[in-house]
Amino acid sequence: MSEALEDTGETGIGAPVRRREDLRFITGNGNYTDDLNQPGQLYAVFCRSPYPRARIDGIDCDDALAVPGVVAVYTGQQMVDDGIGDLPCGWMVKSKDGADMLSSPHPPMAATVANYVGEPYALVVAESLQAAKQGAESVYADFTELHVVVDLATATASDEIYEGIPNNLAYTWALGDEDATRMAFAKAAHVTTMDLTNNRLIPNAIEPRACLGMFESATGDYTLYTTSQNPGLERLVLSAFVQVAPEHKLRIVAPDVGGGFGSKIFIYAEETAVIWAAAKANRPIKWVAERSESFLADAHGRDHITHAELAMDEMGRFTGLKVQTTANLGAYLSTFGSSVPTYLYGTLLAGQYKTPNIYVEVQGAYTNTAPVDAYRGAGRPEATYVVERIVEQAARELGKDPADLRRMNMIQPEEFPYETPVALVYDTGNYEASLDKALDIIDYAGFEARRAAAAEQGKRRGIGFACYIEACGLAPSKLAIELGAGVGLYESGEIRVNPTGSVSVFTGSHSHGQGHETTFAQVVSDKLGINYDDIDIIHGDTGRMDFGLGTYGSRSLAVGGSALVAAADKLIEKGKKIAAHMMQATPEQVTFEDGQFTLQDSNQSMSIQEVAFASYVPADYPEDLEPGFAEKAFYDPNNFTYPAGTHIAEVEVDIETGVVSLEDFVAVDDFGHIINPLIVHGQVHGGVAQGAGQAIMEHGIYDEYGQLQTGSMMDYTMPRADDLPDFKVDTTVTPCTHNPLGVKGCGEAGAIGSPAAIMNAITHALGIKDISMPATPEKVWRAIGGNS
Amino acid sequence: MYQFNYHKPASLDEAVALFREADDPMYLSGGMTLLATMKQRLAAPTDLIDLAGIAEMTGVQVNADAVRVGAFTTHNVVAGSAEIQQALPVLSQLAGLIGDNQVRNRGTIGGSVANSDPSADYPAAVVGLGGTVHTQQRSISGDEFFQDLFETALQPGEIITHIDFPIPKRAAYRKFPNPASRYAVVGVLIADFGGSVRVGVTGAGPCAFRASGIEEVLNEHLDPSAINGVEVPDAGFNNDLHASAEYRAHLVKVMARRALSDLLKT
Repeated sequence: MSEALEDTGETGIGAPVRRREDLRFITGNGNYTDDLNQPGQLYAVFCRSPYPRARIDGIDCDDALAVPGVVAVYTGQQMVDDGIGDLPCGWMVKSKDGADMLSSPHPPMAATVANYVGEPYALVVAESLQAAKQGAESVYADFTELHVVVDLATATASDEIYEGIPNNLAYTWALGDEDATRMAFAKAAHVTTMDLTNNRLIPNAIEPRACLGMFESATGDYTLYTTSQNPGLERLVLSAFVQVAPEHKLRIVAPDVGGGFGSKIFIYAEETAVIWAAAKANRPIKWVAERSESFLADAHGRDHITHAELAMDEMGRFTGLKVQTTANLGAYLSTFGSSVPTYLYGTLLAGQYKTPNIYVEVQGAYTNTAPVDAYRGAGRPEATYVVERIVEQAARELGKDPADLRRMNMIQPEEFPYETPVALVYDTGNYEASLDKALDIIDYAGFEARRAAAAEQGKRRGIGFACYIEACGLAPSKLAIELGAGVGLYESGEIRVNPTGSVSVFTGSHSHGQGHETTFAQVVSDKLGINYDDIDIIHGDTGRMDFGLGTYGSRSLAVGGSALVAAADKLIEKGKKIAAHMMQATPEQVTFEDGQFTLQDSNQSMSIQEVAFASYVPADYPEDLEPGFAEKAFYDPNNFTYPAGTHIAEVEVDIETGVVSLEDFVAVDDFGHIINPLIVHGQVHGGVAQGAGQAIMEHGIYDEYGQLQTGSMMDYTMPRADDLPDFKVDTTVTPCTHNPLGVKGCGEAGAIGSPAAIMNAITHALGIKDISMPATPEKVWRAIGGNS
Repeated sequence: MYQFNYHKPASLDEAVALFREADDPMYLSGGMTLLATMKQRLAAPTDLIDLAGIAEMTGVQVNADAVRVGAFTTHNVVAGSAEIQQALPVLSQLAGLIGDNQVRNRGTIGGSVANSDPSADYPAAVVGLGGTVHTQQRSISGDEFFQDLFETALQPGEIITHIDFPIPKRAAYRKFPNPASRYAVVGVLIADFGGSVRVGVTGAGPCAFRASGIEEVLNEHLDPSAINGVEVPDAGFNNDLHASAEYRAHLVKVMARRALSDLLKT
């Protein structure tokens, strides 16, 4: 449960090892992009559109260039003229009629038209940040304002933003059997309908985005330090698509990165412009976002409007689910923006249930707002929100206990592998186990007494559930590519046992707060029997490791960790050959355990360190074997992983003020095997905090004119520790069946289950069908009548 | 931030002289609003006159009738002062609700009051306790000090030196914080001077004011339920993302009832 997990001194798989990276982070010794400086470096400031949609008729840079210290001003048009390509969207989604999605043009900086407030159109570089700011203020763009599309509900009925994209629709995507679902509804004994909104969120990682671009004219080498969750992917996109530099001449380093939550997956205008400009100026250039720029120009999350209908038979068994969603894509298709409200959303609408017929249609709409892309959970919180809100409502309409209704519809353990009507095959799970444990921890039987006690204090107390599922461990490459992904989604790993026996591990995953340096070392230590402290995890530098896909979608351990297991297996096989030669036996006679190669039926053994040394000093060595003791592996999963669990929230509403207080929260998650429970708990805590933020506080709001109203911490409410109760976190385990660690991933679950659980609790407390997220005080006060 | 000249005078006279000589000067107290505004390039004084070196603006004095707080006193000093906690606990409690610990360590009472931010906490105390704002040249009644959004009775160059707060029989402050900024959406301070009640409201309107309707009924019945029937007109109230004028008017009554309940328990 939630008592402190004590560090036992153990360091293998399953041990709650304290994160080795935290000391440097909490003592200010991290090495973030803004901590890095280069001799002769210039400072960049972007000029950003003050209008949500405006034609750029001309840009006058004369005054800016006259500012002392300003070295150059570069415009979006210059990038186009230099042959720099559009920022591509990495996932081709097709409309239900088979047509390719319609992409708007997306030059890195606006060249002829700016399409959202905050879109960069020019870059000023100067000897100091102050001069660059002064220069940016002195760039005069001649804008002609154009009509804007802001409101999502009316976006598809508004005038076109882009020529050739009718109704502002990138696509109308569908999944599932429409006819069968229609028939299920025709036969339904009861139908529950819900109209739901999933509020726009602004990610707000603690470290704003930043980059430092360098060009060496002598060699033609480019180096870009940047806040990326996936430097390998960034290099591929910048070279192959944007064509800033050839791939072999471009090195991307993502050093310590202070949180991403998805927002640092994407390939943005700023780092693209900076690395391009660094070559033009032939000087290193640094850019660090201010928080207000993060609000305006980081990709936002969520932003759906949904109509959903759930059909049931007379017993309450789910027989059909119809979902119609309009998803806000913002002004441009961001790197994975097309896939989030489609393949990462519609495929999850079966939830934990045996609903036999599901049909979902999603309209992806352009608006003159910041691009919307993956944010912690990415599509899966939206899907969970639809399923778990409508299931809870159905239970209320049927007069059934919401736990019972769920239980009766859950896929049972013996029914795995289970193929859903929305294209996934769940490999394993035991959903009732998580539900039962969560009910026990929250003391479900005691709820009515707690509710009565709250009523005596003038508070209304409610309880709400969410039994979520997610598809993680992105992703089986073949399947992903078939569905439109532009890249595979395997991961790379390399283990180098050095001549002295210490170990350098390279991974294509990237840690920006997840704790890979600890967990991955635990995995390698466990597999190779080498002391945890002798193992170093190296990540985030395309100059040091193989191409990899990075960290998002709760994939690092399931995919990146599995690659390391595969590399470790290769090492052990090689080690057996070396040890067998030295012990004058055959490899088949050698076993490996706890770091020792042992000759069967003998007392002879060699440590892995001795074997490593022998491989680098091959005096007595197999003739047909290469020296050295390093192996690499690429691991491609053959299915997604399916973390699942039950979250239960209890809230109290102050009926005089409308203030919602999250009083209790239980998360029981099945993440498969767990490498480090301390880190897993931390991930769940953080995710639940973000989910609570979405449910009660956070909302990215544009006014009708397209100006961002919540552009600072003064107006955008982030959850704080004192807004949250002590979470009660526990787990159940059904190991993933298809990866060598049996792990599923834990990074997003907290943010996926919690909004639905909390909103179910709030509507339960208030006795109303719905209130839109976030349930802010005035909105709640009005929902309960707005009385004095 | 634009460039500016920095000055740190050692006396009020010197500060005022610097102010008179400069093109577009501003006084710097804790800087919790001003520096952030300057960093955003929304304020561009030519000269910043730092009041940190002026000894006569610091210190807390308590006597039988009043608490005198030097303008340069930080919120955490007021919150943590044993003397103020003893004589005028509501002031310490209010100061402890301002911002976060970093802000309370830098922000000053004089800076807060001089700024007349509509959602600052201290103005509720100045008005609700009937304080007196002293400057280098005169004394201004708390009732007359706050004039509008970021507007006070201060003349250009005038510096708040200290503020006197009469000590009521009992008092209480309730605040409905903005969930994002934790400024007051509405804050209500009620003070019972034994026979007369003062109600100071911040957050609701363009600047702090006395809720005369609530004062009237409480002068009749010092009971939270007496507030129920009071009409709090919302004309001119602030209206933003976090609270409409109507909701603010409602919150004035709720916070007043709660403050009064607290007061009656003391």
